[in-house]
Amino acid sequence: MRGFDQVAERPRNWLVCCCLLVGLSVDSSFAIVPTPAPDQSGPIALTGAVIHDGNGNVIGDGVITFDNGIITAVGSTSDNFDLQNHEVFDLQGRHVYPGFILPNTSLGLVEVNSVRATQDVVEEGDINASVRSAIAYNTDSEIIPANRFNGILTAQVAPQGGLLSGSSSVFKLDGWNWEDALLSEDVGLHLHWPGMQRRRRNPESGQFERVANDNYQGQTQLLHTLFQDAASYTGEPLNLNLEAMQPLLNGSAKLFIHADGAKEIISAVRFARGYGVQEIVLVGGADAILVLDFLMAEDIPVIYERIHELPLREWNDVDAPFKTPFLLHEAGIKVGIGGGATSIDRQRNLPFFAGTAAAYGVERETALSMVTRINAEILGVQDRVGTLEVGKDATLFISEGDALDMRTSKVLGAFIQGRDIDLNGTQQQLYERFRDKYQNQVE
Amino acid sequence: MTRITRILAFQIVSTVSAATLFSSLAVQSTAQETSTPNGIADNRAGAYALTNAQLYQSDGSYRYGSLLIRNGRIVSMQDNDRVPDGFFAIDLGGKYLYPGLIDIYTDLGLPELEPVDGNGAAENLFPSNGALNANDAIRANFRASTAYRTDENAVRNFRELGFSTVLSHRADGIARGTSALITLGDQNANEAIILPDVAAHYSLDKGSSTQSMPTSLMGSFALIRQTFLDAAWFTQQQPRPFTDDTLEAWQGTQSLPQIMEVENWQQALTADKVGDEFDIQYILKTAGDSYKRTDLIAATDASLIVPLNFPEAPEVTDPIAAEDVSLDALKHWELAPFNARLLVEAGIEFALTSGADPGFWSDLRKAVASGLSEADAINALTSVPAAMLGASDQIGSLRDNALANFLITSGPLLEEETVLLENWIAGERYLLNEDFDKRAGHYQLNVGSESYELSLTIDGGELSAELLLPGEQTRPVNLELGPDLITLNFVCDEEGTQLRLTGWSTEQGWQGNAYTPSGELVGWSLSQRGAPESARSVRNAPATADLPAGVLYPFTAYGRETLPRQQDFLIRGATVWTNEPEGIVVTDVLVRDGRIAGVGDNLFATGVELIDGAGKHLTPGIIDEHSHIALFNINEGQTNSSMVRMKDVVDSENINIYRNLAGGVVAAQLLHGSANPIGGQSAIIKMRWGEPANGLLIEDAAEFIKFALGENVKRSRNPASVRYPQTRMGVEQVFVNAFSQAQEYGKTWEDYNNLSRTQQRNTLPPRRDLVDEAMLEVLNSERFVTSHSYVQSEINMLMHVADSFDFNINTFTHILEGYKVADKMAAHGAGGSTFADWWAYKWEVRYAIPYNAALMQQAGVTVALNSDDAEMSRRLNQEAAKAVKYGGVSEIDALKMVTLNPAILLHLDDRMGSIRAGKDADLVLWSDHPLSIYAVAETTWVEGTPYYDKQEDARLREQIAAERARIIAKITQGGAI
Repeated sequence: MRGFDQVAERPRNWLVCCCLLVGLSVDSSFAIVPTPAPDQSGPIALTGAVIHDGNGNVIGDGVITFDNGIITAVGSTSDNFDLQNHEVFDLQGRHVYPGFILPNTSLGLVEVNSVRATQDVVEEGDINASVRSAIAYNTDSEIIPANRFNGILTAQVAPQGGLLSGSSSVFKLDGWNWEDALLSEDVGLHLHWPGMQRRRRNPESGQFERVANDNYQGQTQLLHTLFQDAASYTGEPLNLNLEAMQPLLNGSAKLFIHADGAKEIISAVRFARGYGVQEIVLVGGADAILVLDFLMAEDIPVIYERIHELPLREWNDVDAPFKTPFLLHEAGIKVGIGGGATSIDRQRNLPFFAGTAAAYGVERETALSMVTRINAEILGVQDRVGTLEVGKDATLFISEGDALDMRTSKVLGAFIQGRDIDLNGTQQQLYERFRDKYQNQVE
Repeated sequence: MTRITRILAFQIVSTVSAATLFSSLAVQSTAQETSTPNGIADNRAGAYALTNAQLYQSDGSYRYGSLLIRNGRIVSMQDNDRVPDGFFAIDLGGKYLYPGLIDIYTDLGLPELEPVDGNGAAENLFPSNGALNANDAIRANFRASTAYRTDENAVRNFRELGFSTVLSHRADGIARGTSALITLGDQNANEAIILPDVAAHYSLDKGSSTQSMPTSLMGSFALIRQTFLDAAWFTQQQPRPFTDDTLEAWQGTQSLPQIMEVENWQQALTADKVGDEFDIQYILKTAGDSYKRTDLIAATDASLIVPLNFPEAPEVTDPIAAEDVSLDALKHWELAPFNARLLVEAGIEFALTSGADPGFWSDLRKAVASGLSEADAINALTSVPAAMLGASDQIGSLRDNALANFLITSGPLLEEETVLLENWIAGERYLLNEDFDKRAGHYQLNVGSESYELSLTIDGGELSAELLLPGEQTRPVNLELGPDLITLNFVCDEEGTQLRLTGWSTEQGWQGNAYTPSGELVGWSLSQRGAPESARSVRNAPATADLPAGVLYPFTAYGRETLPRQQDFLIRGATVWTNEPEGIVVTDVLVRDGRIAGVGDNLFATGVELIDGAGKHLTPGIIDEHSHIALFNINEGQTNSSMVRMKDVVDSENINIYRNLAGGVVAAQLLHGSANPIGGQSAIIKMRWGEPANGLLIEDAAEFIKFALGENVKRSRNPASVRYPQTRMGVEQVFVNAFSQAQEYGKTWEDYNNLSRTQQRNTLPPRRDLVDEAMLEVLNSERFVTSHSYVQSEINMLMHVADSFDFNINTFTHILEGYKVADKMAAHGAGGSTFADWWAYKWEVRYAIPYNAALMQQAGVTVALNSDDAEMSRRLNQEAAKAVKYGGVSEIDALKMVTLNPAILLHLDDRMGSIRAGKDADLVLWSDHPLSIYAVAETTWVEGTPYYDKQEDARLREQIAAERARIIAKITQGGAI
């Protein structure tokens, strides 16, 4: 068995950060996104690890092996796995986690929020059931490496805007092109339920205020018509939007309902149930705790996205957003944690949203599962990712310490389907360039 | 009117007091002599004696006697037996008579102008055409008397509300010009306006001006300050340097009462302060919320004009909708009726205004039921506004020679059942309502041989009737009633037969002739059998009635009735992050009188609270170098707005102050935004939650100003923008230009100041320019620059500009490409206050990297991490941890980036930022390692006062829940106050 220091002799990408720690430099002369990693070439074993399996278990002196991109064993040193032929890395107490899953994002669809030419998130019109994020996802986005750097290895990329925004897909965050990067195509449709109230700027006072949404009835009627016409759709005449609705009605796609207000949540879920939609996920759910029993009764999982946010109302508990995952979880609701409520550049902090949930009541391994296993289940990709179990994809990463705490999160290496990915993005390259510049000045 | 005569008008007003002008009014109150009547002359004396009246005296008492009037004026008050000949006597039979009511704040007869929403359009940088002010919001030349048009409906509405005189101004603009005093008779405008140019009016709202500036509240304050200076400078010069009627008018109307409208009590304090700067005592038109800080309002010495528009009960029947109702709104609903009474208790003089609201009387009675005395209420509608306007000789009391304006009522003015009967205006009698008071009661109705029982009741001054049937049953009766005639109809039997009666009044009731259902003509009579059932049962609540709940400081959730007090305490055995050479040590910290009194092992002290710090971490309080919380506005819009002061717009009631405390934040620099290259002057505050804005400001803190570079100042997101600059090239020129102008300005004043006394006497001083003065302070290093910045080129540029004008950029904020020029920053001496990991939200942050803080520090720059975000500011300790994660900054240095380093950048490190004897006791006790996401602030002290404490927070949450539940229950149960 080779020790960690010996491993460092071989400049593997996933040890780049270890190398940084020991002051070595890497070649980073040009600022483009990292080259996608080649397929796993032989069996790998990580030993001496603290393994967090995503199911709530922590294995102290852990061993995990994988081959051909698939996990082949998970256990402890005492299990005495046969590691012959394996490339063995002794992690010396470092932590291994399933890759984090960003469950609702526009990653790959937008590069710079304020520059219209880089936006591919919102299509024109209220009803866009037929548009698909799958084919617009840009594997060369410079924002992707920044997410991988914090252990986010899988993401559901969703269109936004209008009422029925389109279809989302789940991507591995490493690949030559969208086709290559797809983990699960056309997972679900995204319904942005209209608000009963809308925010507007009072033209006299200049202040923002909430007023009734006069279009609410018209907007919901538009949705009723869509679902009714989709249900009776025969294929004649051809209608791409109605065609795209069929997976929803025949149960092969999920419906992601984006709603925050208590009444909107109820109305939207009732609406979908009324058309026989089976698998419903609530995204947002700012006021979900006001309708806990409803969500329980309807068995609706929630992707909660407002953790590092202000309380909704001035009189709410100061830590209300921090502890909402705990309150939902305590009530028995399946809660995944997402980052879609924050701008694209901040979603790399997904692990810390889970960390905050842990600081405010959720048991730590459960908080971890909220950004791994539960998100995988919500997206329907739990057979591939989300936990470290034999037979699943070797999509995992190694951290110096607790990856939910920014104080200790240092991702040293990561694998996507056993492929040893390069964590070095543009940001790391720029860092090294200027670190060297100032170091040389000192010398 | 020509310009010359208009100027003369103002000069007259400015030299002759309003009261003196009134001496000619005896003539004005008769008909307009210059007009030609259509007919023969109709001059009358109009001499009346109103006898047997309860005459209201301004001390609140009543005199039983007669009021004599002639020629539209009061002659005298007399005892009833001393009414001389030559007066027609009207016997009021014990009714009440009050001085005519005055509404001091109206826009009667003046056209309303539409406000303009210019959002998203190109900036409108220039005033409209005309030789008027450089800013269209200054409309000091407007005279209500020249635009007044008689609006008979509006006049009648005021009259029926009981008013006889109103002050009317056009509610448009920041300087709104002068108001006119208008009587509410059926006169033409010439007669109705009894005095033009009575008061000068101001607000903080630019109204219908289409000019982009000012865009903010602090811009309004700044414009007022500059206009004071400009008007004084302009009118000193002969000949005038140019033509500007608004400056003439501003200066010409300074000696009039100055009435300033504000939107809340905090604005009232700031407006008063600005007035003080120019020796002007504003009369403040408030929003009816002064009860929230009567102590501070009283300290302004201002008289107030107070509206009575009590809020409707918030919508709370739907519990989900009720979630969105703020605690402030609930409490305001409950306490607003107590406002006037609390003003009286605080010794504040005020007039009331109706807002032309039909609910005025019910609101006024509510205020009386909440403890406002009848006398204070009446005086606030009569003698007080008259005195404010210097018109006490003419209106506001029943004194000799005053206008014959008075109100006759059925009973004491503010009792529930009292009806307004007659409104006399300049001796003209207007009937308002009949006095049905004595008509209420039980009646027997005889129609031929049939007999019925009726009950007449008064509701809101209206009489209504019911038919009384056996077994407490009733049946409705349609009733029409005049002073002489009555019409009744009702169903008189089980078959639905209608009985229809018309008749005339008698001493005991009414009688008449009618056809029975069978067609027979009979006589009928309606005779009173019993006195009114409900004699005056509802009495005013005594003025000592307790408030339903206390006022909170601040008046919002997590406010307290009593502020927390400074404590002396000793924290034992905490892990102390000193930010001093000792580093991180487990030791004791003693705090006395708001200062750190000692740091060391085994400290001993008596008379102090002992706090067990074992297992906990104690750090200096977090300081946010870049924040926009607790501000009413962020951005002023002109390219150089160096004159605006964020101190003018600090909102001490903002909940984010408390949320910051809960995140361990003790202080913040509240910055102007980045909409322009040269922003405004900063406010640096401590989070003394519950103190007013003045109490939040850090005493003797260094002065700062915000600069900004790049996409925002180029208005990159507004394709319609035309404002200079549109490129980074232009941005440089803005700075070079501003500093060059300031240098010239400084030279001009220096030359003037160097003149001998005699020379100065013969030389007009140069114009003062608040923009140049602020820039000059920067050049003189009396004001320090915090500059918003992104890309390396512009960072470098600004340092070059500063070098060329021989001063230093104190701090670059945002500074996301600081890592590219960190060596140059270090050489210049600029600090960097940056984000931990923000990027990619704009083109100019594409190459922002989270290693920025580490790299700048490596190059020798003093680095702070800031929020620019109300949410993130409460987790700045976590942002500091990211400097460890990205770039390997040591934990001690990382914590300094949110404590000591921002203190250094703000020039506060002599008293803040580290734990050392003598420094301010701004401390946070954390549950865990302070850089960890699991750390929670348990107590946050500002100068030894625990403004946040986790255990107290739990109690406050319970109190908020209980208080909300109590008020919501009160609303849903019918809302009796």
